[in-house]
Amino acid sequence: MQNIKHDLVVIGGGPAGLAAAISARRNGCRDVLLIERAKTYGGILNQCIHDGFGLHRFGETLTGPEYAQLYIDEFKAQRLEAMLGTIVLSMDSGRNLYVSSRNGFKKIEAGAVILSMGCRERTAGAISLPGTRPAGIYTAGAAQNFINLQNIMVGKQAVIMGSGDIGLIMARRMTLEGAKVESVFEILPYASGLPRNIQQCLNDYDIPLHLSTSVINLHGKERLTGVTVAEVNEGLMPVPGTERYVPCDTLLLSVGLIPENELSRGANVVMESRTGGAQVDDTLMTSLPGVFSCGNVLHVHDLVDHVSEEAELAGRFAVEYLDGGIQPRESYIQIEPGEGVRYVLPQKVSGARDFTLSLRVAAPSRNQSVWVKDSEKKLARKKMLRLHPAEMVRIKVKANKLGSAKRLCVSVK
Amino acid sequence: MMKKCDVIIIGAGVVGNAIARELSRYEVSIAVLEKELDVAMGASSRNSGVLHSGIHYKPGTLRARLSVQGNAMMKDLCSDLKIKIEYIGKLTVAQDEDGIETLHSLKEQGEANNVPGLEILDQEQMQQIQPGVGGIKALYSPSTGIICPYGLSIALAENAAANGVEFYLGHGVTNISKNSREFVVNTAQGEEFEAPVLINSAGLFSDRVCEMLGIDEYRIYPCRGEYLVLDKRLKGTLSTLVYPAPRKGGAGLGIHLTNTVDGNILIGPSSEYVDEPDDFASTSEIMTQLKKEGHELLPELSTTDFIRSFSGLRAKQNPPEVGGYKDFIIESRDDFPGFINLVGIESPGLTSAPAIGLMAKEMVGRFVDLKDKDRFVSERPGSVGFFHELPEEKKADLVAKNPDYGEVICRCEQITKKEILDAIQNPLRNSTINGIKYRSRAMMGRCQGGFCLPRIVEILKQEFGYKPEDYLLQSKGSPLFSGRVR
Ligand SMILES: Cc1cc2nc3c(=O)[nH]c(=O)nc-3n(C[C@H](O)[C@H](O)[C@H](O)COP(=O)(O)OP(=O)(O)OC[C@H]3O[C@@H](n4cnc5c(N)ncnc54)[C@H](O)[C@@H]3O)c2cc1C
Ligand SMILES: Cc1cc2nc3c(=O)[nH]c(=O)nc-3n(C[C@H](O)[C@H](O)[C@H](O)COP(=O)(O)OP(=O)(O)OC[C@H]3O[C@@H](n4cnc5c(N)ncnc54)[C@H](O)[C@@H]3O)c2cc1C
Repeated sequence: MQNIKHDLVVIGGGPAGLAAAISARRNGCRDVLLIERAKTYGGILNQCIHDGFGLHRFGETLTGPEYAQLYIDEFKAQRLEAMLGTIVLSMDSGRNLYVSSRNGFKKIEAGAVILSMGCRERTAGAISLPGTRPAGIYTAGAAQNFINLQNIMVGKQAVIMGSGDIGLIMARRMTLEGAKVESVFEILPYASGLPRNIQQCLNDYDIPLHLSTSVINLHGKERLTGVTVAEVNEGLMPVPGTERYVPCDTLLLSVGLIPENELSRGANVVMESRTGGAQVDDTLMTSLPGVFSCGNVLHVHDLVDHVSEEAELAGRFAVEYLDGGIQPRESYIQIEPGEGVRYVLPQKVSGARDFTLSLRVAAPSRNQSVWVKDSEKKLARKKMLRLHPAEMVRIKVKANKLGSAKRLCVSVK
Repeated sequence: MMKKCDVIIIGAGVVGNAIARELSRYEVSIAVLEKELDVAMGASSRNSGVLHSGIHYKPGTLRARLSVQGNAMMKDLCSDLKIKIEYIGKLTVAQDEDGIETLHSLKEQGEANNVPGLEILDQEQMQQIQPGVGGIKALYSPSTGIICPYGLSIALAENAAANGVEFYLGHGVTNISKNSREFVVNTAQGEEFEAPVLINSAGLFSDRVCEMLGIDEYRIYPCRGEYLVLDKRLKGTLSTLVYPAPRKGGAGLGIHLTNTVDGNILIGPSSEYVDEPDDFASTSEIMTQLKKEGHELLPELSTTDFIRSFSGLRAKQNPPEVGGYKDFIIESRDDFPGFINLVGIESPGLTSAPAIGLMAKEMVGRFVDLKDKDRFVSERPGSVGFFHELPEEKKADLVAKNPDYGEVICRCEQITKKEILDAIQNPLRNSTINGIKYRSRAMMGRCQGGFCLPRIVEILKQEFGYKPEDYLLQSKGSPLFSGRVR
């Protein structure tokens, strides 16, 4: 078996992996290898043929493939090395990787690793959807793949369960392709996708969105014939008497994304249950020295611009690590989500440098502030006209403000 | 079409397939008629996959005799068929004095049935076998094992087919008549089959097949068992099976955890009578209950570990108000000479299947001459297990020889393109998506095909010329797609 060595290995060639590799090269790393299991770069962006990418970074809205192309061009201009059509099958805590492709099964020893494997969709099984198991039930992303990449139509009359962005975008896409989209049903009292997608994908096409309503049963033995929906109470349990039957031949699920961390778990990287991603410090290093994480595999992003930004940091710090500039510390300042905050990242910081916290709030609100505090001491504040769980909040914290803090709490007030 | 043969078997579940394979040793022509597009779409793919030891059945019954015999036959059979099998043993656990009494009577019963190696264990001995197990005493049965039920059913059919048995998939039997010498069997497709020997192994529909001949003394009451499948992350948490000591009058063995040979854990089965013999729905009530019991039985379980639900139907002969068990009916009918009738083959039907095959063969031998075939091939080609289970060096060799092994299509289960191609080109010529799933394990992992189904669809298009309307989930009425994008 072939055994090779590289200074830095980037796993995943989506926007996170591309930006991380480019950044590592720009920061002086000569030996970077990017490994991507698909035959092309770009990750999930390839099937996102709608626009709305890059507004923050490039000041214009691009389609997913256009956004990816900017990075692919740069990746190639930097003459970075990649293995396409190659899957990383396992990684151990010593950063030894086993990879497989049509060209062979190989072992790679890496000086540092950047995890950028993206995420996958939650399925009907994962949410224990009751009923039969007929044809016609797809995750929204799989349907997006069939329609956008393979020109195959998944059905004629659809119900969409969950109001995640992919579901909203697919509601519009299905409609444009001549299908009837009956409704989008969201179990929570608010939509989980971006407000602009609600407007552009549902309202503009008269597709109703029913909040606090869920699909509670599937019907049909061979192909889906319909679903039963019901309103839910605060405990998210169906309210008896509100059930109704909605005929449809297709159900698209947009009920959440799960960071794809099987490799990380296999290497015993310490995980965070709130994000489904690794625990990281302010260099985006995980609990394993020399292993960094960024993009959707770290936490699910709503904007690709933030993915690229985060990945650039990971690339830079991985190079610093290879140069001996980063060592795990004995103690860190812990960062914890407080009132109104679902999660915050990184989970711990060194205090040696300025850092940006990424967080999601627990519920929508208006005219509130996000606070970063050391017990009662206020270290940073960001005023927000609108806070929404669908929109990630980023807040900068200066190192010189930290003093002797041991524990920071981030909350909404 | 009119087809004449020596033996017609109705139903290609594990029982029909085991009989077909047993008979394929002899110079007889056999047609297996199956209403579904694949074998094992009924109870045989929807059960716990446990090779029972035989402790639970009354001495002298067919269930007792055939399960013990079937269990013992399974090892060689699996090695011939290249099927994974693990004798991981079972602890039947007592929580109180009543339970201990039950254990002793089970042990006695098991010994009367010739179950090998039974032992009553105290807490310390129980902990050695399964650390953390609760209960005060346990009956240990080392011959209890696990197996992939659809894997076995498919392998039996493939091996039977390799030895000349003809499988007619998608051929539901609708009518049977008997002329002076032969049974005449009609299918929904309008075809006719004739043979002097007819075997009814139609599982949940076996009563309906009886009715086609005018035999109305049997009735099947489907009793549903629901399961949840757990993520492979929990592989290794159970080294043996742990069941509660059975309660009197129950219709199943109680909800418990069962390891599968492929590294998942099943929670279930529940037990609830339903009206239709194909009502495989899962219900939210039972799923909630299974989750609750799962968390109790396996504290490290997290909410993201549930990857799928499914259910199977037990072919019960007693109505719900009676409950409990009846013995298997395996009979050669005097009123219809040549009609071999199998009814109520519920648990341990999987375990017993090879022994049922032998028993049915004896019965068939009274009607047709069973002359040994010169060239019976008992082994199925290929190797046991999946590519991803091989040692790294071996994988490297295989990829070097065939690059299709290097391309991983199903990332969750790490199933390679070669394995997918083999599944697509299966000997029974099933061409459904579920057929690929049951043969290759692709789409069976935590993402449930979200990732690999699009890639399998692409392979079928590019290498086998599939059009959008050609993709079926599992039956003619279950198209995956509605057409091309306009
Ligand atoms: C459907 C959808 C719509 C979106 N819409 C918008 C939008 O309108 N605007 C916006 O700004 N953002 C949007 N986003 C968010 C943004 O596009 C994503 O957050 C971003 O693409 C994530 O990038 P990533 O590199 O982390 O992951 P991915 O793009 O998923 O890339 C991960 C890559 O890693 C590879 N990989 C994984 N495991 C392995 C392995 N073991 N070996 C080798 N390779 C591996 C995968 O093949 C994949 O190519 C959307 C996201 C989705 C899913
Ligand atoms: C929940 C549950 C758990 C179980 N657990 C275990 C276990 O752990 N161990 C064990 O040993 N056993 C177990 N069993 C029992 C075991 O699954 C069954 O005994 C066995 O699968 C029965 O096989 P079969 O071939 O008789 O039936 P089936 O697999 O149901 O096959 C019958 C076939 O006949 C076909 N058919 C029906 N009507 C027609 C027709 N008119 N024309 C053509 N074809 C027709 C059907 O489509 C089907 O394929 C369990 C069963 C259940 C339901």
